[in-house]
Amino acid sequence: MLLRLFRSVVGSLLLLHVSLASAEMSIEIIGAGEHQIPVAIVPFGGDDKLALAINDVVVNDLLRSGLFRMVDAEGKSPHEPAEVSYPDWSARGAEALAIGTVAVQANGRIEARFRLLDVVKQTELAGQVVSASDGQVRAVGHRIADLIYEKLTGDKGVFSTRIAYVNRQGKHFRLVVADSDGYNEQTVLAQNQPIMSPAWSPDGSHLAYVSFETDHAVVYVQSLYTNQRKMLAGFSGSNSAPAWAPNGKQLAIVLTRDGSSQIYLVRPDGSGVNRITFSGVIDTEPNFSPDGQFLLFTSDRGGSPQIYRMPVKGGVEQRMTFGEGANFSPRHSPDGKGFIFTHRVSGKFYIAMQDFQTGQMEILTEGGWEKKPSFAPNGKLIMFASEARERGILATVSSDGRVKQRMFTQSGDAREPVWGP
Amino acid sequence: MKKLIISIMLVNFLAACASQKPIEPEAAAPAPAPAVAEEAPAPEPAPAPVVEVDPLNDSNNILSTRSVHYPFDVSAVQDADKPVVQAHAKYLSEHPDRNVRLEGNADERGSNEYNLALGQRRADGVKKMLMLGGAKASQIESVSYGEEKPMATGHNEASWSQNRRTDIKY
Repeated sequence: MLLRLFRSVVGSLLLLHVSLASAEMSIEIIGAGEHQIPVAIVPFGGDDKLALAINDVVVNDLLRSGLFRMVDAEGKSPHEPAEVSYPDWSARGAEALAIGTVAVQANGRIEARFRLLDVVKQTELAGQVVSASDGQVRAVGHRIADLIYEKLTGDKGVFSTRIAYVNRQGKHFRLVVADSDGYNEQTVLAQNQPIMSPAWSPDGSHLAYVSFETDHAVVYVQSLYTNQRKMLAGFSGSNSAPAWAPNGKQLAIVLTRDGSSQIYLVRPDGSGVNRITFSGVIDTEPNFSPDGQFLLFTSDRGGSPQIYRMPVKGGVEQRMTFGEGANFSPRHSPDGKGFIFTHRVSGKFYIAMQDFQTGQMEILTEGGWEKKPSFAPNGKLIMFASEARERGILATVSSDGRVKQRMFTQSGDAREPVWGP
Repeated sequence: MKKLIISIMLVNFLAACASQKPIEPEAAAPAPAPAVAEEAPAPEPAPAPVVEVDPLNDSNNILSTRSVHYPFDVSAVQDADKPVVQAHAKYLSEHPDRNVRLEGNADERGSNEYNLALGQRRADGVKKMLMLGGAKASQIESVSYGEEKPMATGHNEASWSQNRRTDIKY
Protein backbone atom coordinates (compact mmCIF):
# COMPACT_ATOMS: atom_id res chain seq x y z
CA MET A 1 0.00 0.00 0.00
CA LEU A 2 2.66 2.44 1.06
CA LEU A 3 4.91 1.26 -1.69
CA ARG A 4 2.16 1.89 -4.16
CA LEU A 5 1.86 5.41 -2.78
CA PHE A 6 5.60 5.76 -3.17
CA ARG A 7 5.45 4.72 -6.76
CA SER A 8 2.57 6.98 -7.64
CA VAL A 9 4.33 9.90 -5.98
CA VAL A 10 7.55 9.20 -7.84
CA GLY A 11 5.65 8.75 -11.07
CA SER A 12 3.90 12.08 -10.67
CA LEU A 13 7.14 13.81 -9.88
CA LEU A 14 8.42 12.80 -13.28
CA LEU A 15 5.60 14.88 -14.68
CA LEU A 16 6.85 17.68 -12.44
CA HIS A 17 3.54 17.90 -10.70
CA VAL A 18 2.57 16.30 -7.41
CA SER A 19 -0.61 16.52 -5.41
CA LEU A 20 -0.52 15.69 -1.72
CA ALA A 21 -4.05 15.71 -0.45
CA SER A 22 -5.75 15.12 2.88
CA ALA A 23 -8.98 16.09 4.56
CA GLU A 24 -7.28 19.09 6.12
CA MET A 25 -5.64 20.56 3.10
CA SER A 26 -4.07 19.81 -0.23
CA ILE A 27 -0.67 20.72 -1.61
CA GLU A 28 0.43 20.96 -5.23
CA ILE A 29 4.08 20.99 -6.19
CA ILE A 30 5.30 22.31 -9.51
CA GLY A 31 8.89 22.14 -10.72
CA ALA A 32 12.01 20.47 -9.40
CA GLY A 33 15.43 21.49 -8.14
CA GLU A 34 18.37 21.53 -10.50
CA HIS A 35 20.12 18.62 -8.77
CA GLN A 36 17.67 16.29 -7.12
CA ILE A 37 19.23 13.89 -4.66
CA PRO A 38 17.91 10.33 -5.09
CA VAL A 39 17.02 9.04 -1.65
CA ALA A 40 15.22 5.93 -0.41
CA ILE A 41 13.12 6.19 2.75
CA VAL A 42 12.35 2.69 4.05
CA PRO A 43 9.24 2.52 6.25
CA PHE A 44 10.45 2.07 9.80
CA GLY A 45 10.11 -1.20 11.68
CA GLY A 46 8.22 -1.54 14.94
CA ASP A 47 4.80 0.08 15.25
CA ASP A 48 3.43 -0.16 11.69
CA LYS A 49 0.78 2.52 12.06
CA LEU A 50 3.24 5.05 13.49
CA ALA A 51 5.84 4.05 10.92
CA LEU A 52 3.43 4.73 8.08
CA ALA A 53 2.41 8.10 9.50
CA ILE A 54 6.02 9.17 10.00
CA ASN A 55 7.01 7.95 6.55
CA ASP A 56 4.21 9.95 4.98
CA VAL A 57 5.42 13.16 6.66
CA VAL A 58 9.09 12.59 5.84
CA VAL A 59 8.45 11.77 2.17
CA ASN A 60 6.09 14.71 1.68
CA ASP A 61 8.47 17.14 3.39
CA LEU A 62 11.39 16.09 1.22
CA LEU A 63 9.31 16.16 -1.96
CA ARG A 64 8.00 19.64 -1.19
CA SER A 65 11.54 20.97 -1.03
CA GLY A 66 12.02 19.98 -4.66
CA LEU A 67 15.56 18.89 -3.85
CA PHE A 68 14.95 15.15 -3.56
CA ARG A 69 13.80 12.31 -5.74
CA MET A 70 12.26 9.31 -4.00
CA VAL A 71 13.80 5.95 -4.86
CA ASP A 72 11.41 3.00 -4.73
CA ALA A 73 11.99 0.90 -1.60
CA GLU A 74 9.64 -1.91 -2.61
CA GLY A 75 10.63 -5.43 -1.64
CA LYS A 76 13.32 -4.26 0.78
CA SER A 77 12.82 -3.44 4.39
CA PRO A 78 16.05 -3.16 6.34
CA HIS A 79 15.71 -1.50 9.73
CA GLU A 80 19.27 -1.89 11.03
CA PRO A 81 22.58 -1.15 9.25
CA ALA A 82 23.49 -4.85 9.37
CA GLU A 83 20.41 -5.64 7.26
CA VAL A 84 21.39 -3.23 4.49
CA SER A 85 22.75 -4.59 1.25
CA TYR A 86 24.33 -1.50 -0.31
CA PRO A 87 24.65 -2.89 -3.86
CA ASP A 88 20.86 -3.35 -3.99
CA TRP A 89 20.32 0.34 -3.26
CA SER A 90 23.11 1.42 -5.51
CA ALA A 91 21.45 -0.53 -8.33
CA ARG A 92 18.22 1.35 -7.71
CA GLY A 93 20.06 4.63 -8.03
CA ALA A 94 19.79 5.73 -4.41
CA GLU A 95 22.55 7.91 -3.04
CA ALA A 96 21.17 7.90 0.48
CA LEU A 97 19.02 5.55 2.47
CA ALA A 98 16.98 6.22 5.62
CA ILE A 99 16.07 3.34 7.91
CA GLY A 100 14.90 2.98 11.48
CA THR A 101 12.39 1.73 13.99
CA VAL A 102 9.61 3.39 15.94
CA ALA A 103 7.84 2.39 19.12
CA VAL A 104 5.62 3.82 21.83
CA GLN A 105 7.45 3.97 25.14
CA ALA A 106 5.98 3.00 28.52
CA ASN A 107 5.45 6.67 29.32
CA GLY A 108 3.43 7.12 26.12
CA ARG A 109 6.12 8.96 24.18
CA ILE A 110 6.81 8.13 20.57
CA GLU A 111 10.43 7.17 20.04
CA ALA A 112 11.97 6.78 16.60
CA ARG A 113 15.51 5.49 16.13
CA PHE A 114 16.69 6.61 12.78
CA ARG A 115 19.81 6.30 10.62
CA LEU A 116 20.79 7.96 7.39
CA LEU A 117 23.22 5.95 5.29
CA ASP A 118 25.45 7.02 2.43
CA VAL A 119 24.90 4.37 -0.26
CA VAL A 120 27.90 5.44 -2.33
CA LYS A 121 30.43 5.49 0.51
CA GLN A 122 28.59 2.77 2.46
CA THR A 123 28.83 4.76 5.68
CA GLU A 124 26.45 6.15 8.26
CA LEU A 125 25.79 9.87 7.78
CA ALA A 126 23.61 10.37 10.84
CA GLY A 127 21.97 8.43 13.58
CA GLN A 128 19.55 9.91 16.05
CA VAL A 129 16.77 9.09 18.45
CA VAL A 130 13.83 11.41 17.89
CA SER A 131 11.04 11.39 20.45
CA ALA A 132 7.88 13.36 21.02
CA SER A 133 4.86 13.23 23.24
CA ASP A 134 1.84 11.18 22.27
CA GLY A 135 0.04 12.58 19.24
CA GLN A 136 3.05 14.49 17.97
CA VAL A 137 3.78 11.98 15.23
CA ARG A 138 4.01 14.72 12.60
CA ALA A 139 6.62 16.51 14.71
CA VAL A 140 8.73 13.31 14.71
CA GLY A 141 8.44 13.08 10.92
CA HIS A 142 9.38 16.74 10.45
CA ARG A 143 12.42 16.36 12.70
CA ILE A 144 13.64 13.33 10.74
CA ALA A 145 13.06 15.15 7.43
CA ASP A 146 15.05 18.10 8.81
CA LEU A 147 17.97 15.81 9.66
CA ILE A 148 17.94 14.19 6.22
CA TYR A 149 17.70 17.59 4.54
CA GLU A 150 20.54 19.06 6.56
CA LYS A 151 22.87 16.10 6.06
CA LEU A 152 22.28 15.87 2.34
CA THR A 153 22.09 19.55 1.34
CA GLY A 154 24.24 21.25 3.97
CA ASP A 155 21.44 23.68 4.81
CA LYS A 156 19.28 23.62 7.90
CA GLY A 157 15.90 21.99 7.40
CA VAL A 158 12.76 24.05 8.01
CA PHE A 159 10.15 21.28 8.20
CA SER A 160 9.83 21.67 11.99
CA THR A 161 9.21 25.40 11.75
CA ARG A 162 5.82 27.08 11.95
CA ILE A 163 3.93 29.63 9.94
CA ALA A 164 1.25 32.17 10.85
CA TYR A 165 -1.41 33.55 8.55
CA VAL A 166 -4.86 35.11 8.57
CA ASN A 167 -7.87 33.09 7.40
CA ARG A 168 -10.81 35.12 6.14
CA GLN A 169 -14.26 33.70 5.58
CA GLY A 170 -16.66 36.45 4.67
CA LYS A 171 -16.45 38.83 7.61
CA HIS A 172 -14.97 36.23 9.96
CA PHE A 173 -11.23 36.41 10.57
CA ARG A 174 -8.92 33.92 12.28
CA LEU A 175 -5.27 34.31 13.16
CA VAL A 176 -3.80 30.86 12.57
CA VAL A 177 -0.52 29.20 13.52
CA ALA A 178 0.35 25.95 11.71
CA ASP A 179 3.26 23.67 10.85
CA SER A 180 5.23 24.86 7.83
CA ASP A 181 3.32 22.38 5.65
CA GLY A 182 0.00 23.92 6.74
CA TYR A 183 -1.06 21.01 8.96
CA ASN A 184 -1.68 21.17 12.70
CA GLU A 185 -3.64 24.41 12.47
CA GLN A 186 -4.24 26.28 15.70
CA THR A 187 -6.43 29.35 16.03
CA VAL A 188 -4.79 32.13 18.00
CA LEU A 189 -7.58 34.68 17.62
CA ALA A 190 -11.02 34.55 15.98
CA GLN A 191 -13.32 37.53 15.50
CA ASN A 192 -15.65 39.32 13.12
CA GLN A 193 -13.21 42.16 12.59
CA PRO A 194 -10.13 42.16 10.36
CA ILE A 195 -6.74 40.88 11.51
CA MET A 196 -3.54 41.89 9.70
CA SER A 197 0.22 41.62 9.67
CA PRO A 198 1.16 38.80 12.06
CA ALA A 199 4.84 38.98 13.08
CA TRP A 200 6.79 36.30 14.96
CA SER A 201 9.02 37.20 17.86
CA PRO A 202 12.54 35.89 17.10
CA ASP A 203 12.17 33.06 19.65
CA GLY A 204 8.76 32.03 18.32
CA SER A 205 7.05 32.59 21.66
CA HIS A 206 4.91 35.58 20.69
CA LEU A 207 3.00 36.99 17.77
CA ALA A 208 2.48 40.69 17.21
CA TYR A 209 -0.43 41.56 14.93
CA VAL A 210 -2.94 44.22 13.96
CA SER A 211 -6.56 43.80 15.03
CA PHE A 212 -9.58 45.97 14.26
CA GLU A 213 -11.64 44.71 17.20
CA THR A 214 -11.91 48.25 18.62
CA ASP A 215 -12.93 49.57 15.18
CA HIS A 216 -9.52 50.87 14.24
CA ALA A 217 -6.11 49.32 13.65
CA VAL A 218 -4.41 48.50 16.97
CA VAL A 219 -1.23 46.44 17.51
CA TYR A 220 -1.29 43.60 20.04
CA VAL A 221 1.38 41.18 21.26
CA GLN A 222 0.17 37.73 22.26
CA SER A 223 1.98 34.84 23.92
CA LEU A 224 1.52 31.55 22.09
CA TYR A 225 2.11 29.63 25.32
CA THR A 226 -0.30 31.39 27.69
CA ASN A 227 -2.48 33.13 25.06
CA GLN A 228 -2.21 36.23 27.21
CA ARG A 229 -1.97 39.38 25.20
CA LYS A 230 -1.50 43.07 25.63
CA MET A 231 -2.01 46.14 23.52
CA LEU A 232 1.32 47.34 22.12
CA ALA A 233 0.03 50.52 20.46
CA GLY A 234 -3.51 51.88 20.41
CA PHE A 235 -3.13 55.54 19.56
CA SER A 236 -5.73 57.44 17.55
CA GLY A 237 -5.71 56.70 13.82
CA SER A 238 -3.90 53.55 12.65
CA ASN A 239 -1.38 51.46 14.57
CA SER A 240 0.17 48.77 12.40
CA ALA A 241 3.01 46.91 10.66
CA PRO A 242 4.78 45.40 13.70
CA ALA A 243 8.28 44.01 13.06
CA TRP A 244 10.58 42.52 15.72
CA ALA A 245 14.21 43.43 16.10
CA PRO A 246 16.40 40.29 15.88
CA ASN A 247 17.19 40.51 19.61
CA GLY A 248 13.48 40.62 20.48
CA LYS A 249 13.94 43.69 22.68
CA GLN A 250 12.34 46.17 20.33
CA LEU A 251 9.72 46.37 17.61
CA ALA A 252 9.32 48.76 14.74
CA ILE A 253 5.70 49.82 14.23
CA VAL A 254 3.81 52.33 12.13
CA LEU A 255 1.65 55.01 13.76
CA THR A 256 -0.40 57.89 12.39
CA ARG A 257 -0.79 59.64 15.73
CA ASP A 258 1.46 62.53 14.62
CA GLY A 259 0.17 62.80 11.04
CA SER A 260 1.01 60.49 8.16
CA SER A 261 2.07 56.83 8.55
CA GLN A 262 5.55 56.97 10.08
CA ILE A 263 7.88 54.38 11.61
CA TYR A 264 8.46 54.26 15.37
CA LEU A 265 10.42 51.99 17.68
CA VAL A 266 8.77 50.58 20.79
CA ARG A 267 9.65 48.06 23.50
CA PRO A 268 7.62 44.82 23.60
CA ASP A 269 5.75 46.14 26.66
CA GLY A 270 4.59 49.22 24.72
CA SER A 271 6.94 51.65 26.43
CA GLY A 272 9.58 53.92 24.91
CA VAL A 273 7.72 54.92 21.75
CA ASN A 274 10.26 56.73 19.59
CA ARG A 275 9.66 58.12 16.10
CA ILE A 276 12.41 57.41 13.55
CA THR A 277 11.05 58.59 10.16
CA PHE A 278 9.98 62.17 9.45
CA SER A 279 8.91 62.12 5.83
CA GLY A 280 5.32 63.38 6.02
CA VAL A 281 4.36 60.77 3.41
CA ILE A 282 3.64 57.05 3.82
CA ASP A 283 6.49 55.10 5.45
CA THR A 284 5.39 51.59 6.36
CA GLU A 285 6.23 47.85 6.48
CA PRO A 286 9.54 48.15 8.36
CA ASN A 287 11.74 45.04 8.46
CA PHE A 288 14.98 44.68 10.46
CA SER A 289 18.19 43.41 8.92
CA PRO A 290 19.53 40.21 10.57
CA ASP A 291 22.21 42.26 12.36
CA GLY A 292 19.56 44.66 13.67
CA GLN A 293 21.33 47.71 12.21
CA PHE A 294 19.09 48.58 9.26
CA LEU A 295 15.44 48.78 8.33
CA LEU A 296 13.93 48.18 4.93
CA PHE A 297 10.55 49.83 4.47
CA THR A 298 7.95 50.87 1.91
CA SER A 299 7.50 54.56 1.16
CA ASP A 300 5.71 56.58 -1.51
CA ARG A 301 7.99 59.61 -1.06
CA GLY A 302 9.13 59.26 -4.68
CA GLY A 303 5.57 59.29 -6.01
CA SER A 304 4.96 55.54 -6.09
CA PRO A 305 5.42 52.91 -3.39
CA GLN A 306 9.07 51.74 -3.43
CA ILE A 307 11.53 50.04 -1.08
CA TYR A 308 13.92 52.16 0.99
CA ARG A 309 16.61 51.39 3.54
CA MET A 310 17.74 53.35 6.59
CA PRO A 311 19.94 52.80 9.64
CA VAL A 312 17.80 52.00 12.70
CA LYS A 313 19.67 54.71 14.61
CA GLY A 314 18.68 57.25 11.96
CA GLY A 315 20.62 58.63 9.03
CA VAL A 316 20.53 58.53 5.26
CA GLU A 317 17.45 56.92 3.77
CA GLN A 318 18.36 55.20 0.54
CA ARG A 319 16.00 54.14 -2.23
CA MET A 320 16.53 50.49 -3.19
CA THR A 321 14.04 49.78 -5.99
CA PHE A 322 13.74 51.63 -9.28
CA GLY A 323 12.25 51.06 -12.69
CA GLU A 324 8.74 50.36 -13.83
CA GLY A 325 6.02 49.49 -11.33
CA ALA A 326 5.64 49.68 -7.58
CA ASN A 327 7.21 47.62 -4.79
CA PHE A 328 5.95 46.66 -1.34
CA SER A 329 6.54 44.47 1.74
CA PRO A 330 10.35 44.11 1.86
CA ARG A 331 12.01 41.40 3.95
CA HIS A 332 15.70 40.75 4.42
CA SER A 333 17.10 37.37 3.50
CA PRO A 334 18.38 35.48 6.57
CA ASP A 335 22.00 35.96 5.37
CA GLY A 336 21.39 39.71 5.04
CA LYS A 337 22.69 39.81 1.47
CA GLY A 338 19.42 40.71 -0.21
CA PHE A 339 15.70 41.05 0.22
CA ILE A 340 12.40 39.82 -1.15
CA PHE A 341 9.36 41.94 -1.84
CA THR A 342 6.08 42.26 -3.71
CA HIS A 343 6.52 43.72 -7.17
CA ARG A 344 3.53 45.23 -9.01
CA VAL A 345 3.70 46.00 -12.70
CA SER A 346 0.97 46.21 -15.38
CA GLY A 347 -1.72 45.24 -12.91
CA LYS A 348 -0.02 42.01 -11.79
CA PHE A 349 1.73 41.18 -8.55
CA TYR A 350 4.95 39.14 -8.45
CA ILE A 351 7.34 37.92 -5.79
CA ALA A 352 10.78 39.35 -6.50
CA MET A 353 14.22 39.22 -4.93
CA GLN A 354 17.04 41.74 -5.05
CA ASP A 355 20.68 41.52 -4.12
CA PHE A 356 22.11 44.46 -2.14
CA GLN A 357 25.44 44.35 -3.93
CA THR A 358 24.30 44.12 -7.54
CA GLY A 359 20.98 45.93 -7.14
CA GLN A 360 19.55 43.43 -9.64
CA MET A 361 15.91 42.48 -9.28
CA GLU A 362 14.94 38.90 -10.07
CA ILE A 363 11.28 37.92 -10.43
CA LEU A 364 10.65 34.48 -8.91
CA THR A 365 7.02 33.81 -9.80
CA GLU A 366 4.73 33.84 -12.83
CA GLY A 367 2.74 36.76 -11.51
CA GLY A 368 -0.90 37.22 -10.66
CA TRP A 369 -2.13 37.96 -7.20
CA GLU A 370 1.06 37.28 -5.23
CA LYS A 371 1.78 39.28 -2.09
CA LYS A 372 3.64 39.43 1.21
CA PRO A 373 6.65 37.12 0.84
CA SER A 374 8.65 35.87 3.82
CA PHE A 375 11.74 33.67 3.98
CA ALA A 376 11.98 30.32 5.69
CA PRO A 377 14.66 30.53 8.40
CA ASN A 378 17.17 28.76 6.12
CA GLY A 379 16.62 31.25 3.30
CA LYS A 380 15.91 28.48 0.78
CA LEU A 381 12.13 28.82 0.56
CA ILE A 382 9.82 31.81 0.41
CA MET A 383 6.18 31.73 1.47
CA PHE A 384 3.66 34.20 0.08
CA ALA A 385 -0.05 34.84 -0.35
CA SER A 386 -1.42 33.85 -3.72
CA GLU A 387 -4.73 33.18 -5.37
CA ALA A 388 -6.07 30.15 -7.18
CA ARG A 389 -9.55 28.88 -7.93
CA GLU A 390 -11.07 32.13 -6.67
CA ARG A 391 -9.49 31.69 -3.25
CA GLY A 392 -6.65 33.19 -1.31
CA ILE A 393 -4.05 30.46 -0.77
CA LEU A 394 -0.57 30.00 0.66
CA ALA A 395 2.24 29.33 -1.76
CA THR A 396 5.97 28.80 -1.61
CA VAL A 397 8.75 29.19 -4.11
CA SER A 398 12.36 28.07 -3.71
CA SER A 399 14.79 30.99 -3.59
CA ASP A 400 16.15 29.89 -6.98
CA GLY A 401 12.61 30.10 -8.37
CA ARG A 402 12.63 26.48 -9.55
CA VAL A 403 10.21 24.75 -7.20
CA LYS A 404 6.75 26.09 -6.46
CA GLN A 405 4.09 24.82 -4.16
CA ARG A 406 0.48 25.78 -3.57
CA MET A 407 -1.28 24.96 -0.32
CA PHE A 408 -5.06 24.86 -0.21
CA THR A 409 -6.38 25.19 3.30
CA GLN A 410 -9.78 23.71 4.02
CA SER A 411 -11.92 26.81 3.56
CA GLY A 412 -11.81 30.57 3.29
CA ASP A 413 -9.01 32.81 2.09
CA ALA A 414 -5.49 32.49 3.45
CA ARG A 415 -3.86 35.92 3.73
CA GLU A 416 -0.78 37.58 5.17
CA PRO A 417 1.39 34.48 5.73
CA VAL A 418 4.63 34.81 7.62
CA TRP A 419 7.23 32.11 8.17
CA GLY A 420 8.26 31.75 11.80
CA PRO A 421 11.15 30.15 13.67
CA MET B 1 -54.39 96.97 20.15
CA LYS B 2 -55.05 95.71 16.65
CA LYS B 3 -52.41 93.01 17.08
CA LEU B 4 -53.98 91.84 20.25
CA ILE B 5 -57.38 91.48 18.57
CA ILE B 6 -55.90 89.49 15.72
CA SER B 7 -54.12 87.26 18.16
CA ILE B 8 -57.29 86.64 20.10
CA MET B 9 -59.16 85.88 16.93
CA LEU B 10 -56.46 83.45 15.85
CA VAL B 11 -56.51 81.71 19.17
CA ASN B 12 -60.28 81.41 18.97
CA PHE B 13 -60.04 80.11 15.43
CA LEU B 14 -57.46 77.52 16.35
CA ALA B 15 -59.45 76.52 19.39
CA ALA B 16 -62.52 76.13 17.20
CA CYS B 17 -60.64 73.96 14.76
CA ALA B 18 -59.32 71.84 17.56
CA SER B 19 -62.70 71.41 19.18
CA GLN B 20 -64.36 70.60 15.87
CA LYS B 21 -62.09 67.68 15.16
CA PRO B 22 -60.94 66.33 18.45
CA ILE B 23 -60.49 62.83 17.12
CA GLU B 24 -57.91 63.76 14.48
CA PRO B 25 -55.41 66.07 16.14
CA GLU B 26 -52.78 65.40 13.48
CA ALA B 27 -55.07 66.38 10.66
CA ALA B 28 -56.11 69.52 12.54
CA ALA B 29 -52.68 71.09 12.59
CA PRO B 30 -52.33 71.97 8.90
CA ALA B 31 -55.88 73.30 8.74
CA PRO B 32 -54.99 76.97 9.37
CA ALA B 33 -52.65 77.10 6.44
CA PRO B 34 -55.21 77.13 3.62
CA ALA B 35 -57.46 79.46 5.62
CA VAL B 36 -54.69 81.99 6.04
CA ALA B 37 -53.65 81.66 2.44
CA GLU B 38 -57.18 82.62 1.35
CA GLU B 39 -57.22 85.67 3.57
CA ALA B 40 -53.94 87.25 2.44
CA PRO B 41 -51.53 85.56 0.07
CA ALA B 42 -48.30 87.56 0.23
CA PRO B 43 -47.13 89.42 3.37
CA GLU B 44 -48.85 87.34 6.01
CA PRO B 45 -46.53 86.07 8.79
CA ALA B 46 -46.81 82.28 8.68
CA PRO B 47 -48.83 81.17 11.64
CA ALA B 48 -48.11 77.47 11.20
CA PRO B 49 -45.60 76.10 13.71
CA VAL B 50 -42.21 75.86 11.99
CA VAL B 51 -40.73 72.34 12.42
CA GLU B 52 -36.97 72.53 12.07
CA VAL B 53 -35.75 69.68 9.84
CA ASP B 54 -32.16 68.65 10.49
CA PRO B 55 -30.59 69.02 7.03
CA LEU B 56 -28.60 65.87 7.83
CA ASN B 57 -31.83 63.87 7.60
CA ASP B 58 -33.05 65.54 4.43
CA SER B 59 -32.51 63.13 1.58
CA ASN B 60 -32.49 66.04 -0.87
CA ASN B 61 -29.68 67.83 0.97
CA ILE B 62 -26.10 67.48 -0.17
CA LEU B 63 -25.33 66.29 3.39
CA SER B 64 -27.07 63.03 2.56
CA THR B 65 -23.98 62.18 0.51
CA ARG B 66 -21.70 60.52 3.03
CA SER B 67 -18.90 59.12 0.87
CA VAL B 68 -16.16 60.54 -1.27
CA HIS B 69 -14.33 58.51 -3.91
CA TYR B 70 -10.81 58.50 -5.32
CA PRO B 71 -8.78 57.47 -8.35
CA PHE B 72 -6.25 54.65 -7.87
CA ASP B 73 -3.51 55.38 -5.30
CA VAL B 74 -4.77 58.95 -4.80
CA SER B 75 -5.74 60.35 -1.43
CA ALA B 76 -6.65 63.98 -2.22
CA VAL B 77 -10.36 64.84 -2.20
CA GLN B 78 -11.39 65.22 -5.84
CA ASP B 79 -12.97 68.45 -7.15
CA ALA B 80 -16.30 66.70 -7.72
CA ASP B 81 -16.46 65.72 -4.04
CA LYS B 82 -15.30 69.01 -2.56
CA PRO B 83 -18.83 70.55 -2.27
CA VAL B 84 -19.88 67.49 -0.26
CA VAL B 85 -17.00 67.79 2.19
CA GLN B 86 -17.48 71.56 2.42
CA ALA B 87 -21.17 71.12 3.20
CA HIS B 88 -20.31 68.69 6.02
CA ALA B 89 -17.71 71.18 7.27
CA LYS B 90 -20.34 73.93 7.40
CA TYR B 91 -22.79 71.65 9.15
CA LEU B 92 -20.25 70.58 11.76
CA SER B 93 -19.20 74.19 12.42
CA GLU B 94 -22.88 75.10 12.92
CA HIS B 95 -23.51 72.03 15.08
CA PRO B 96 -20.60 71.86 17.50
CA ASP B 97 -22.41 69.12 19.43
CA ARG B 98 -22.23 66.75 16.46
CA ASN B 99 -19.27 64.43 15.87
CA VAL B 100 -18.18 62.60 12.80
CA ARG B 101 -16.10 59.49 12.13
CA LEU B 102 -14.17 59.29 8.88
CA GLU B 103 -13.41 55.78 7.62
CA GLY B 104 -10.83 55.55 4.83
CA ASN B 105 -10.76 52.52 2.53
CA ALA B 106 -8.60 51.33 -0.34
CA ASP B 107 -8.90 48.83 -3.14
CA GLU B 108 -6.90 45.62 -2.91
CA ARG B 109 -4.11 46.60 -5.31
CA GLY B 110 -1.18 47.19 -3.00
CA SER B 111 0.11 45.57 0.15
CA ASN B 112 -2.34 45.35 3.02
CA GLU B 113 -0.21 47.70 5.10
CA TYR B 114 0.29 50.24 2.31
CA ASN B 115 -3.45 50.21 1.76
CA LEU B 116 -4.08 50.78 5.45
CA ALA B 117 -1.79 53.82 5.28
CA LEU B 118 -3.49 55.01 2.08
CA GLY B 119 -6.96 54.69 3.63
CA GLN B 120 -5.78 56.64 6.65
CA ARG B 121 -4.37 59.38 4.44
CA ARG B 122 -7.69 59.56 2.58
CA ALA B 123 -9.62 59.93 5.84
CA ASP B 124 -7.11 62.47 7.15
CA GLY B 125 -7.43 64.48 3.92
CA VAL B 126 -11.17 64.74 4.47
CA LYS B 127 -10.51 65.69 8.08
CA LYS B 128 -8.23 68.55 7.02
CA MET B 129 -10.84 69.85 4.60
CA LEU B 130 -13.54 69.67 7.28
CA MET B 131 -11.34 71.66 9.64
CA LEU B 132 -10.60 74.28 6.96
CA GLY B 133 -14.35 74.63 6.62
CA GLY B 134 -14.78 75.38 10.30
CA ALA B 135 -15.18 71.98 11.98
CA LYS B 136 -13.13 71.41 15.11
CA ALA B 137 -10.59 68.60 15.45
CA SER B 138 -12.44 67.41 18.56
CA GLN B 139 -15.51 66.69 16.41
CA ILE B 140 -13.62 64.39 14.05
CA GLU B 141 -12.18 60.88 14.36
CA SER B 142 -10.35 59.47 11.36
CA VAL B 143 -9.53 55.78 10.94
CA SER B 144 -8.64 53.41 8.12
CA TYR B 145 -9.82 49.96 7.13
CA GLY B 146 -7.36 49.74 4.26
CA GLU B 147 -8.43 46.90 1.96
CA GLU B 148 -9.77 44.84 4.87
CA LYS B 149 -13.46 45.74 4.63
CA PRO B 150 -14.31 45.90 0.95
CA MET B 151 -17.79 47.16 0.07
CA ALA B 152 -17.55 45.29 -3.25
CA THR B 153 -15.60 42.03 -3.41
CA GLY B 154 -14.99 41.66 -7.14
CA HIS B 155 -11.47 41.77 -8.52
CA ASN B 156 -12.24 44.41 -11.13
CA GLU B 157 -12.42 48.16 -11.52
CA ALA B 158 -16.18 48.18 -10.90
CA SER B 159 -15.53 46.87 -7.39
CA TRP B 160 -12.25 48.68 -6.81
CA SER B 161 -13.75 52.09 -7.58
CA GLN B 162 -16.38 51.53 -4.90
CA ASN B 163 -13.73 50.52 -2.39
CA ARG B 164 -11.53 53.60 -2.88
CA ARG B 165 -13.60 55.64 -0.50
CA THR B 166 -13.86 57.67 2.66
CA ASP B 167 -17.14 57.31 4.53
CA ILE B 168 -18.39 60.19 6.64
CA LYS B 169 -20.31 58.70 9.55
CA TYR B 170 -22.26 60.74 12.09
